[in-house]
Amino acid sequence: MPEFGRHPQLNRNGELHHLLSIEGLPRPILERILSTADSFINIAEREVKSVPLLRGRSVFNLFFENSTRTRTTFEIAARRLSADVFNLDITRSSTAKGESLLDTINNLTAMQADMFVVRHASSGAPYLIARHVAPQVHVINAGDGRHAHPTQGLLDMYTIRHYKRDFSQLTVAIVGDILHSRVARSAIHALTTLGVPEVRAVGPLTLLPSGLEQLGVRVFTRFEDGIRGADVIIMLRLQNERMKGSLLPSAQEYFRNYGLTPEKLQLARAGAIVMHPGPMNRGVEIDSHVADGTQSVILPQVTFGIAVRMAVLALVSSSQRMH
Amino acid sequence: MKVALRNGRVVDPASKFDGRADVFLDDGRIAAIGTAPHGFVADHTLDASGLIVAPGMVDLCARMREPGTDGALKVESHAALAGGITGVVCPPDTDPPLDEPGLVRMLRQRSREAAGARLYPLGAMTAGLGGEALAEMETLSEVGCVAFAQTGALPHDNSVLLQAMRYARTFDLPIWLRPVETTLAGRGVAASGAVAGRLGLASVPDVAETVALHTVFELQRSTGARVHLCRLSSSAGVELVRRAKREGLPVTCDVGIHHVHLIDVDIGYFDSNFRLDPPLRSTRDRDAIRAGLADGTIDAICSDHTPVDADDKLLPFDEATPGATALETLLPLVLKWATEDKVALLDALGKVTNMPGQILREPTGRLAIGAKADIFLFDPAAPWRPEASALVSYGKNTPFSPYELIGRTRYTLVGGDLRFARK
Amino acid sequence: MIDLDAEAIYRRFAARVREHVAGRDVRLVGVRTGGVWLAERLKDALEVRHPVGVLDISFYRDDFDRQGLSPTVRPSQIEFDVDDQNLLLVDDVLYTGRTVRAAMNELFDYGRPARIDLAVLIDRGGRELPIEATVVGATVEVPREISVVLSRDQDGRLHLTLEQRSA
Repeated sequence: MPEFGRHPQLNRNGELHHLLSIEGLPRPILERILSTADSFINIAEREVKSVPLLRGRSVFNLFFENSTRTRTTFEIAARRLSADVFNLDITRSSTAKGESLLDTINNLTAMQADMFVVRHASSGAPYLIARHVAPQVHVINAGDGRHAHPTQGLLDMYTIRHYKRDFSQLTVAIVGDILHSRVARSAIHALTTLGVPEVRAVGPLTLLPSGLEQLGVRVFTRFEDGIRGADVIIMLRLQNERMKGSLLPSAQEYFRNYGLTPEKLQLARAGAIVMHPGPMNRGVEIDSHVADGTQSVILPQVTFGIAVRMAVLALVSSSQRMH
Repeated sequence: MKVALRNGRVVDPASKFDGRADVFLDDGRIAAIGTAPHGFVADHTLDASGLIVAPGMVDLCARMREPGTDGALKVESHAALAGGITGVVCPPDTDPPLDEPGLVRMLRQRSREAAGARLYPLGAMTAGLGGEALAEMETLSEVGCVAFAQTGALPHDNSVLLQAMRYARTFDLPIWLRPVETTLAGRGVAASGAVAGRLGLASVPDVAETVALHTVFELQRSTGARVHLCRLSSSAGVELVRRAKREGLPVTCDVGIHHVHLIDVDIGYFDSNFRLDPPLRSTRDRDAIRAGLADGTIDAICSDHTPVDADDKLLPFDEATPGATALETLLPLVLKWATEDKVALLDALGKVTNMPGQILREPTGRLAIGAKADIFLFDPAAPWRPEASALVSYGKNTPFSPYELIGRTRYTLVGGDLRFARK
Repeated sequence: MIDLDAEAIYRRFAARVREHVAGRDVRLVGVRTGGVWLAERLKDALEVRHPVGVLDISFYRDDFDRQGLSPTVRPSQIEFDVDDQNLLLVDDVLYTGRTVRAAMNELFDYGRPARIDLAVLIDRGGRELPIEATVVGATVEVPREISVVLSRDQDGRLHLTLEQRSA
């Protein structure tokens, strides 16, 4: 099996060639993505909402796991860079009809794809793809299993930077089903790389993975203690499948103990912002009053998401020249 | 036929012999070690200068892929010889499973025809390996099954395991078990810990092994059955076995060679060559395994040879088929462990020769006068890379493929017959 | 390294711009970075009410395939409506004309101006596209290997330097 060099994501010049995970990316690269995104925010306000940067490039959205939201934002981002966008909704059953994951990739590469934006239910799938694409092709991970959702992590950081400016003084609490969450893992890596001194994971023991302390995270099982004094609260979505069974007894009991209500929000630092990757389960992890309240930045997150994805697509495209 | 193996260093763990000596074979058996028997004239002489002469290795678990794929047994049986292995125990998780005397007879016949390594088939403990009804263990042992196994995990239903152990005890048949509690293992593909947490892989907690071990030991106390535990993986598990042996329970155990060397961190960027069953655990577990080998808690090392189609490894980690090809890497990996931990060659080789022989209760894995001449000669300093082109086995899937390994088999004899010679 | 007297050239430049504008209502747009410094000075000199528009042409350059993205991309910012306006596009050095092409393309993505005039401090020749400036501070013949760079010191004084391009 072809192997990566030292870094699966960086080329020999240290430039971002693939975006597979925030883990392993040096801080300057994260900062460059965020500052490049600044230049894309205003574009939405112009008459012509696109720039010609990626004209002639082909971006293929390969979503092996359904997600209209993420796919749409990637499509908007690619179109705003004037790239040609092709959507392939490959459900697992059609792949099982005989064509292996790598056969699909090979066929698409033959169609002159420049970039694959990949979402897959198995952790690590984008790495397998990145190992096998032609050298000039870029792979962007749009979410793999529980492992990573790097563009979400980046847009979360962009959001925090927008409202809080300085990462070095913050306390950030991530609340919910961290065990199954790629959003949480990416956020944790991004926060620690950008120098956030206190990163907290909050949830019941059944929803916390091993090894969080090794990642530099403080673990809390009491919600009140976890969000006390926090500057940023990232609420994670609780999937339907988890809501009853051997991990949790019910959505109601979860909300009683870990739901963010206006009263509990008082425990956070004054001016704390509330984030959520969406879609929200109102009344399960978050109360509507908070979701729609003044401290919620959930809607701006979406706008920032487009600019951040434009920055990622622009930067990986910028890297390809092998000197 | 008279064969002489001259100028080699003879290492025989069973008799603790390690020194220069010539070995003389006559009519498929070992006639003498050291001085030639009176009037011995060799028909054939092998020059063993620079080589080590040892009993052919006995591998307690290697999948031959037959029944399943016609012709596979012959290829894998010769891969075993290329690896210096003269006796292979094949598990019953074939397609169909080895729960019928007819299948076992056919397999043994094919093995004889293949003229590769000797085959010691494990029979299924339950019909179809379904974990519900007993298999005809007594009849299967009559046709050559050396023991009876439930592969992958303990039967779901403890009462089935209890009855199987009672039944096996009736005929003094050993039971081989994977100490895995299925419901705790769930759909885990990596060991529970920081690595699985970071990589977002479904995990197998230690308790899947320890709870299974507790169950087995309790049932042993109740039934007196002899049990061999297959592929220990955790430090807690090693400690439980240590205590069980101290207590006097009739239990033996093995580890797969990969778990002597590799840990979960080695998975790296989701490299499916490191997708193994049991999954690779932490440094602490690997250290406990090595300590268990050193103090005898762990009796034997096996290859756990599992050839996998390239296509079944070119998949995301959790979809890839677990297992590694290992018949040919077993020797250099045992030597690597011996070098790293300063284990005497006699003790290291013992784990793959006379100890497996003892577990099987077969007179094999040793160089005794009068014993069958199952012998291999190897160059302990030969460097090689286990790339696809260097392997005889159909399976090219080894986590060690980019590495240089030291130690390679030169000749393998089964019953005095030179069945493998490396050019 | 020869120093041209940037401040003297600027005075001449500003006078010519004032003469050209002749009291009309123009909006100033500077091309980052040097063009923005010049546009800010001209804003005061001409008493233009509207804020100076800032163009970062990084996303409109024609050499992205070869050079990749500039490490110092910053947002463009034009706070007024471009439609039907008289724009004065300001840049420091006019050379091949590619920067101006990119700037105009970007301006047209903001809207449809009524008119664009180009004012540059230095015209160094070497055009590769059919583009000319409406107002020029000074024309200087410079060989290809030399680059002309405008800088601004901490007191706000402008300097022009000619530097050997690195190999």
